[in-house]
Amino acid sequence: MSIALVAAVIVVALVLGTVIGFWLPPHGRLPSRNRPQPVKRILLPFTGQAISRRAFEAAVRLAQAENATIMPAFLARVPRSLPLDSPLPVQCGDGMALLEAIEQQAHGKGVPVDARVSRGRTYQDALRRLLEDEQFDRVIVSATNSPRKGLTSDDLEWLLEDVPAEVLILRPAPEDTRRISTAGLAGHF
Amino acid sequence: MAELEAPASVRAESSAAAALAAGTEPDLSTGDRAGNGANGRGHLRVFLGMAAGVGKTFRMLMEGHAEQNAGRDVVIGLLETHGRVDTALAAEGLEIFSRRVVTYRGTDLEEMDLPGILSRAPQVCLIDELAHTNAPGVEHKKRYEDVEDVLAAGIDVLSTVNVQHLDSLNDRIDELTGVRVRETIPDAVLARADEVVIIDLTPEELLDRLRAGKIYPQERIDAALNNFFRIENLATLREVALRQVAEEVGQKRLSTEPAVTRDETIASDASQAVGERLLALIEPYPGAQRLVRRAWRSAQRLGTDLDLLWVSHPSSTLTPEQERSLAALRQLASVLGARLLVEESDDLPSAVADVARRQRTTYILMGRSRPARGLTRLRTPLPQRLMELLPGVDVRIVADRTTRQGAERP
Repeated sequence: MSIALVAAVIVVALVLGTVIGFWLPPHGRLPSRNRPQPVKRILLPFTGQAISRRAFEAAVRLAQAENATIMPAFLARVPRSLPLDSPLPVQCGDGMALLEAIEQQAHGKGVPVDARVSRGRTYQDALRRLLEDEQFDRVIVSATNSPRKGLTSDDLEWLLEDVPAEVLILRPAPEDTRRISTAGLAGHF
Repeated sequence: MAELEAPASVRAESSAAAALAAGTEPDLSTGDRAGNGANGRGHLRVFLGMAAGVGKTFRMLMEGHAEQNAGRDVVIGLLETHGRVDTALAAEGLEIFSRRVVTYRGTDLEEMDLPGILSRAPQVCLIDELAHTNAPGVEHKKRYEDVEDVLAAGIDVLSTVNVQHLDSLNDRIDELTGVRVRETIPDAVLARADEVVIIDLTPEELLDRLRAGKIYPQERIDAALNNFFRIENLATLREVALRQVAEEVGQKRLSTEPAVTRDETIASDASQAVGERLLALIEPYPGAQRLVRRAWRSAQRLGTDLDLLWVSHPSSTLTPEQERSLAALRQLASVLGARLLVEESDDLPSAVADVARRQRTTYILMGRSRPARGLTRLRTPLPQRLMELLPGVDVRIVADRTTRQGAERP
């Protein structure tokens, strides 16, 4: 064999070896199954007329850091006297305005938003139906100090035990009453 | 003083619905109503107000007199005058059932005499303040539970309650006004009422009454003006009360009109704007939700129906992301009571025009179109094309308010 051919073989072998070494652990990259997957969809369920600003800001920060989409979801309760697929215009009057406020503020921070609405006999039922239909990577929930507002402790327990996603529960300090409400809604809505 | 009642047709329909649900023939006669509800239950009429002093009890007493004049046996089961002279005078001429005395921790308290009323068995019983909490030692903890017993005995009841006493609204009102009442009633109590009559008063009129000493004694007026009776609180409470009755009316109407199919919205005759109908043009992407919300809000204000239309190209297939967006739009339409229509066509303006004529649309809403590229720049823009095809139909382009705040569109 000519010297040139031998040299070429050696160079190719060195290059291949370097590349393989780059990919294989422990010096190279981890197998894909062990790499942290980017979080894409962050669910932010809420009820009523306002949402904790702390929970919202946490969702925005995480979405910015992970290039994720925030999915605010308004949960509505259907009275037992009505069919489950009944329209809920009064509750939606509050919910739609708040979704608009959340979307305006999130977009103002450069975070994409994809809103949802879900209804059920209870807030947990509405949330369960939403989680059955779609996949989320993370759920951020605001726990309040009042058991009568929004999701109850039973609902949070169910979230932690049964939902196949990261669950982040935020409970603001008792003196932190800051909220996102429709008061700051821009424009005619 | 304005009054908003559920229309007579809805009142009749709600009773019919209850009878139909119970499997009995609905009785729509206008004669003696005692015990004419399902299973012989008495008829409950609740007078709903936004605050003390609007005239709920006064109206209840006037209706009591009307029932008595019509020949019915009427008794006041419990009346709270709060020292108001006008209210006390309005009760004259009606039999007032004596209260019973209940001793609790050495204190004598007066409560409604439920056993006495049941024994007396009038045709109509006036029972004030549905959300009252009884003293310990009587049959029930709450007055609305006493009322249930009276109704079950076939006695018709007229009662009163303020909107902030409703369970589901208590938190919201606390949030909006800083006022929290401790006595509440489950929403189901009001939902089971055969009639809900809102006693409406403008905040200004109510404040005039307060200052004139018609609601509280002079020494309490200043405190009331500085706390609960602030005009912004009253305006909020009034809106909540009106909405509550509007939803009750809307839901009772919807529950008596069976849908033909699950995808078909129930026809509504509630339109206040004669002949108006909105059509929003959407596509399956996240931004469409915003357009739908804005369109629905406009429809609500006009008191009219909303249709949503997506015109898909025959050769196009949906990406998984678009499938998700479309499913979310279907859900949103269903919860809002809007109708989602999907048409296939390669001629968007004509497809929209066909649907608009079929639906008798008077108002089209659409988002901002994507910038035209290539040969499409030569085409007439969609809004202008629609105006040519649909003379007399308003076309509105809904701005993206997020860009007003300086954020880029996703």
